[in-house]
Amino acid sequence: MKSNFFYVIYILWLRQIKRYFRSRARMIGSLGQPILFLVALGYGLGPTFAKAGGGNYIQFLAPGVIAMGILFTAVFSGIEVIWDRQFGFLKETLVAPVGRFSVMLGRTLGGATVACLQGVIVLIISLFIGFHPAFNSIPLAILFMLGIATVFTALGTGIASVLEDMQGFQLIMNFVVMPTFFLSGALFPLEGVIGMIARFNPLTYGVDGLRATFIGVSTMPGGIWIDGGVLLAVSLVFLGIGAWLFSKIKI
Amino acid sequence: MNPENSVNQAKPSNLAISVKNLTKTYDKLTAVNDISFEVKAGSTFAFLGPNGAGKTTTIKMLTTLVNPTSGTITVNGIDPVKHGLEARRSFGIVFQDPSLDDELTAYENMFFHAGLYGVPRSQTPEKIHEMLNFVELWDRKDDLVKRFSGGMKRRLEIARGLLHTPAILFLDEPTVGLDPQTRNHIWSYIKKLNKERGLTVFFTTHYMDEVERAADQVVIIDNGKLIANDTVDGIIAKAGAESLEDAFIKLTGHTIRDDQASAADSFRKMAAMHRGGGARR
Repeated sequence: MKSNFFYVIYILWLRQIKRYFRSRARMIGSLGQPILFLVALGYGLGPTFAKAGGGNYIQFLAPGVIAMGILFTAVFSGIEVIWDRQFGFLKETLVAPVGRFSVMLGRTLGGATVACLQGVIVLIISLFIGFHPAFNSIPLAILFMLGIATVFTALGTGIASVLEDMQGFQLIMNFVVMPTFFLSGALFPLEGVIGMIARFNPLTYGVDGLRATFIGVSTMPGGIWIDGGVLLAVSLVFLGIGAWLFSKIKI
Repeated sequence: MNPENSVNQAKPSNLAISVKNLTKTYDKLTAVNDISFEVKAGSTFAFLGPNGAGKTTTIKMLTTLVNPTSGTITVNGIDPVKHGLEARRSFGIVFQDPSLDDELTAYENMFFHAGLYGVPRSQTPEKIHEMLNFVELWDRKDDLVKRFSGGMKRRLEIARGLLHTPAILFLDEPTVGLDPQTRNHIWSYIKKLNKERGLTVFFTTHYMDEVERAADQVVIIDNGKLIANDTVDGIIAKAGAESLEDAFIKLTGHTIRDDQASAADSFRKMAAMHRGGGARR
């Protein structure tokens, strides 16, 4: 049975991956927003940003938009638990002779992988829009992407375990996802009050870590090690809380 | 081991399910009220009752999804409250609502089930082939489940429920919403499994003709209480009725029970409205 633990995680991971590659519409649809941000903000605000002495805005913006792509996909992947509950598949996994922890871990890691893939696609697109990262930084950047993806998929799974249906979805978008995005330094440098608030936002460390690896600019004290450490710690805590909430699901 | 276990093993092994003084209360509502019954191994057992009588709650307790408030359950000699995972391995279940992944193919749904239930990997392809063949879906194994009709989905769920060779198959309203042809088809599979492999079948339904045709033993519950436990003929005779349907109504009364809508029900209603079909139920 011990060997089965990892196989179950793999099976549920594989399911998320298969669903992702199968729903092209969703894959392409969720790229629309990052592309819009890159093009509209990058080209629209770029000159103003440069005039204010901020340098090349696309260089600054691209890591933030990559993080955004991951954030949205990750939360959605987690929220899919609600979908599975309503379409019944959740019951199939919960009545199977496997622990709920492995079920939660498998689907969360699957969702995180999907979100990370989405981040890589945004990265590739941003190269065509004028982003020039240091290419040897990409392996480390992918680790940061995985960190962001794990934190927010676990968060999504935890939230979805508590919600009964999609009614609360708008609430999550407006009070969790959007503030997380806007208060992370993804779009503008963090200063003053917003900078203080942003320190409590795990995405801030993800964005800063990505920016530090890609273009060598870090605005957080402690730099890349603190960024990575915070992401790792938060992802473990969120996985723990998410697994606990998932184990409480009643059907 | 603990004394309870040895009691279980000492019981006659021809019992698939044994339920004693089973009760489930939710806050103030008593969903299941002190029911006891036994199901013989290799039999087909119909578990009947009007909507909201406590059928689904009982099935949830038998299948480890809900813990009883009091009473004892033995499924295949295992106490599902204490040894949940072990109990789950010993039965298959087809739920009232579909529980397939629509975005996956029939084969993938089977493959993932095999993985979750620890079917040995070397035997998995062969078992999937056998079961899909049995429900005549092998030709469609690579089609996405969302392209399947209601009847095909049900057949696939039955095949999936049997993939790990359980001793008991729970079927919660397996034929609801299906046309007579499909119902007939599904029952012929179930009877075949029961006859050829000695599979114990525990099912609920609102179609009394299915019960008359298939059930060896019938239990009727109403308002959470057991009100009859006999063969089809026995129930008809005792109620002084002409048919099982007649007996059922005599025993449970004429009032219509409104089941509480589950989240899935309200979601389906919402989806139907979105499609412009209006409220469909």
